[in-house]
Amino acid sequence: MAALAVLVTVFANTSAFAQEAAAGAATAAPKPIDMFPIYKSVAFYAMLFLLLCLFIAIVGKAIRVYELTREAQDKPDSINWNTVNGIIFVLFLIAGLAGVYFEYTVHGNMILPDAASEHGKKIDSMFNITLILTTIVFIGTHITLFLFSFYYRNSGKRKAYYYPHNNALERIWTIVPALVLTVLVLMGFLTWRSIFYKVDDPNNKPLSIEITSQQFLWTIRYPGADGVVGLKNYKLITGTNGLGMDFKDKNNLDDQNADEMVIPVNKPVRLILTSKDVVHSFYMPHFRVQLNTVPGMTSYFEFTPTITTADMQTKVNDPAFKFLFYCSKICGSGHYNMQKVVRVVSQAEYDAWIVKQPKFINNDLRKQFNLPIVPEPAAGAAPASAPADSTATPAKDSSAVAMNKPALKK
Amino acid sequence: MSTITLHDTHNNGHHDDHDHGHHEQSFITKYVFSQDHKMIAKQFLITGIVMAVIAMGLSILFRIQLAWPDKSFPILETFLGKWAEGGRIKPDFYLALVTIHGTIMVFFVLTAGLSGTFSNLLIPLQLGVRDMASPFMNMLSYWFFFTACIIMMSSFFIQTGPASAGWTIYPPLSALPKAISGSGLGMTLWLASMVLFVVSQLMGGINYVSTVLNMRTKGMDLWKMPLTIWAFFLTAILGVLSFPVLVAGVVLLIFDRSFGTSFYLSDIVMGSQVLPNEGGSPILWEHLFWFLGHPEVYIVIMPALGISSEVISVNSRKPIFGYHAMVYSLIGITVLSFIVWGHHMFVTGMNPLLGGVFMITTLIIAVPSAVKTFNYLATLWRGNIRFTPAMLCAIGMVSFFISGGLTGIFLGNASLDINLHDTYFVVAHFHLVMGSAAIFGMLAGVYHWYPKMFGRMMNAKLGYLHFWVTFVCAYLVFFPLHFLGLDGVPRRYYAFTEFEFMQKWVTVNIFVTWSAIVAALAQVAFLFNFFYSIFFGKKATQNPWEANTLEWTTPVEHIHGNWPGEIPTVHRWPYDYSKPGAEEDFIPQTVPYSETMLSNMPHDFEGNAESERIQREWDAKNAPEKADVHFH
Repeated sequence: MAALAVLVTVFANTSAFAQEAAAGAATAAPKPIDMFPIYKSVAFYAMLFLLLCLFIAIVGKAIRVYELTREAQDKPDSINWNTVNGIIFVLFLIAGLAGVYFEYTVHGNMILPDAASEHGKKIDSMFNITLILTTIVFIGTHITLFLFSFYYRNSGKRKAYYYPHNNALERIWTIVPALVLTVLVLMGFLTWRSIFYKVDDPNNKPLSIEITSQQFLWTIRYPGADGVVGLKNYKLITGTNGLGMDFKDKNNLDDQNADEMVIPVNKPVRLILTSKDVVHSFYMPHFRVQLNTVPGMTSYFEFTPTITTADMQTKVNDPAFKFLFYCSKICGSGHYNMQKVVRVVSQAEYDAWIVKQPKFINNDLRKQFNLPIVPEPAAGAAPASAPADSTATPAKDSSAVAMNKPALKK
Repeated sequence: MSTITLHDTHNNGHHDDHDHGHHEQSFITKYVFSQDHKMIAKQFLITGIVMAVIAMGLSILFRIQLAWPDKSFPILETFLGKWAEGGRIKPDFYLALVTIHGTIMVFFVLTAGLSGTFSNLLIPLQLGVRDMASPFMNMLSYWFFFTACIIMMSSFFIQTGPASAGWTIYPPLSALPKAISGSGLGMTLWLASMVLFVVSQLMGGINYVSTVLNMRTKGMDLWKMPLTIWAFFLTAILGVLSFPVLVAGVVLLIFDRSFGTSFYLSDIVMGSQVLPNEGGSPILWEHLFWFLGHPEVYIVIMPALGISSEVISVNSRKPIFGYHAMVYSLIGITVLSFIVWGHHMFVTGMNPLLGGVFMITTLIIAVPSAVKTFNYLATLWRGNIRFTPAMLCAIGMVSFFISGGLTGIFLGNASLDINLHDTYFVVAHFHLVMGSAAIFGMLAGVYHWYPKMFGRMMNAKLGYLHFWVTFVCAYLVFFPLHFLGLDGVPRRYYAFTEFEFMQKWVTVNIFVTWSAIVAALAQVAFLFNFFYSIFFGKKATQNPWEANTLEWTTPVEHIHGNWPGEIPTVHRWPYDYSKPGAEEDFIPQTVPYSETMLSNMPHDFEGNAESERIQREWDAKNAPEKADVHFH
């Protein structure tokens, strides 16, 4: 076994290096790749593998010869495979426990930091309780499984214990898991309700932000001064009106477009999620927020961020740390790169930032919608936003192009 | 059909030896369009193995992409052409790979390959039946399945490539060729293949159900059936009830794709083109799909559970612990599996109230699963375990069932699912509980019933090698993936290159890919063992594992009709292993209680007062010490 393992690793390592070398050679010469060395290296690994097979065959034959000689000498117990397998189960158990410890401590430390939202904290404690319970069961049952396999291996001397049933035991291991699961269900149910059935606090009204997904980018719409995101209709979507906003609705006139999602800390945010083409999923893992964006349907998720980006950077000790949201539902070839930055800031920073964000409306759209008030007063009202408008749309488009480009072609 | 029935009745009479000898079968009727359940089982198995090898190959391709996203492997271009230009797999093709890998594994390997093989082989053999209720339909079932496989694979040879919207093919992505190239002809082929596949499953399932209900041999009442048969029976019921829903969903999707209907489509703008569809909802597809899709995972796992029960009992030389509890938990799983599909949809925007309900039903289904696990452990306790390769795989199956089942408690909890949905945590979960566990159940079945299928033994030592390497590597592949999920890495990402935080997982990806490659190479040991032993394996004896069930009373050489003489009568349950007082450590189901007076126990007679009286009198006369022990 050990020899085999060594061989496998050796094979693994050498082929990794060779593949790298082959890859290096291939990239150096752009188009006419000389395939001969590649085929040669493929043949080389095939030969290596055949050699491994040959080695295994030889070991197998040796075992067979050994067993036959023992048999010929009337010594029946040559290799007791029951003992061998029983011992491997114990070794597997020990190695497995060590491996699980390694996974929990090393990879377990590489996972998401604590939740950055109010409801996320509840989810985290729910997660920890479930993790503790399942880990106990996981370790316990595996110790039992593998130790039983070892202790009760066939020795040729014993007869198994005829023990077909015990209803008391059955009752215990029906009722105990049922009770534990009832507790988990209740806690989960209450958490779930508290996330999706929120009672609005009149003194702390949520900030509505609309997110629209499309292949392979997000559009973020802020409601503007009125706090209401205006109506839209997919039939109005054109090159200039990417969301299909209906500018006859006054609520649309002050809606703002942002390239990143900036939200004030400790203020509830109500996400309005929509999609233009296929199903995407709005996933914001640090805040424990996920909901699919579905064409033809609007869905809502309300959450309250509790920690600013700056505080999080000190907490995880990484000055480059960023909150993100990205797509987690398969949506096409650019699925793996559909992200936006989320910045959680103080209310003051937010207030300063939001006024700088461009409005969706511009003169082209005003003409298109025959709005009674044409350029002059609007230009007077928002002189800063008019030039910003004209740059905003192309900027958005170019970022879209960049995202569509597969990573490898960069 | 009617001629077959007549033929069968005829066999059951006293002209049994009349059956074999004349009417020689041609190659075509014996090996190709065979109506013999044993041959059909072998056809399903070998097709399943071929499909499994293909699907495993696909997984190695995308694992290579994940491990070395910025390296070029020119050899890939040799085989894949424009889908791997410059030796790098393209994003579209990556998605096609995961889609077809999932589809093949779930449907063609773990549904048809597993149920198709072992239901066909064991339902007649373990119940004492000469063949399926309808052998002709059984044959059709295989050939529909085969055609489905061919159509699915043919999508690799078309311009636009195979379906690539994920194995769950959520519309609108799967409905609009503009959204992804795989949704062109490739998706049409996928849908056609799936319709044929469901036809195959229905014909198979109806056959299994009717055979189990109507054709059991004398004495084989439902409570004397082996747990394998219970599992296949309930699986078939699940399939018959849920697969038609998938077809309904698929037909509507075909309408949307080809005839301009709007069942799943509404308010869609592709680029700047506004589509005319209005009023549909992708959520409808998700409901229809998962109404099959969730029972489907139990269709996959229940036969594996049944096979493991049998294999563990035989090789522990102990009765399966809590036979009745095992059956009731299977029934419980069957019933509950119909009302849990919504846990795949917690974050789709479905009404949150529904999410709460589905969470409750989902976590309830963990109870029968827990009961099964504990019963397996209790069966091992004080057993006399023989580690045949089949037994090793069955123990491996229990281990994976536990490991993967426990993470289901996280995902079944709607609140936790918010952050885990569609991440690698899900990938790790279902590859352990439904992938690895079901595959190991299937392998256990192959190793265990190989002598019955081919009349020869597989090499045990190669079996050990195969098991240990695969078992270790499966954990090495899937265990670390949980942590990627906990870090918020979504599944079906073509590369981790675009996100800063995913860089730290690249080394894990390389490790996982190497483990997967080693696991794949280990399958060579199995494949060699399997195909070599068909021709050169050691000749099997009639009952190599000293098991109780009826299939081991048939001759090693296959004959049409299974038993040369009269069909055996069943007298007892299938799990009388190591019964105190018995000479051997097993008593086949065909041995009447009158021949085992010394080992009989009061509960054997199920309250039959007359038999109990006879037994008591015999005990008093011949074995007073036994009477003391058992009739206190």
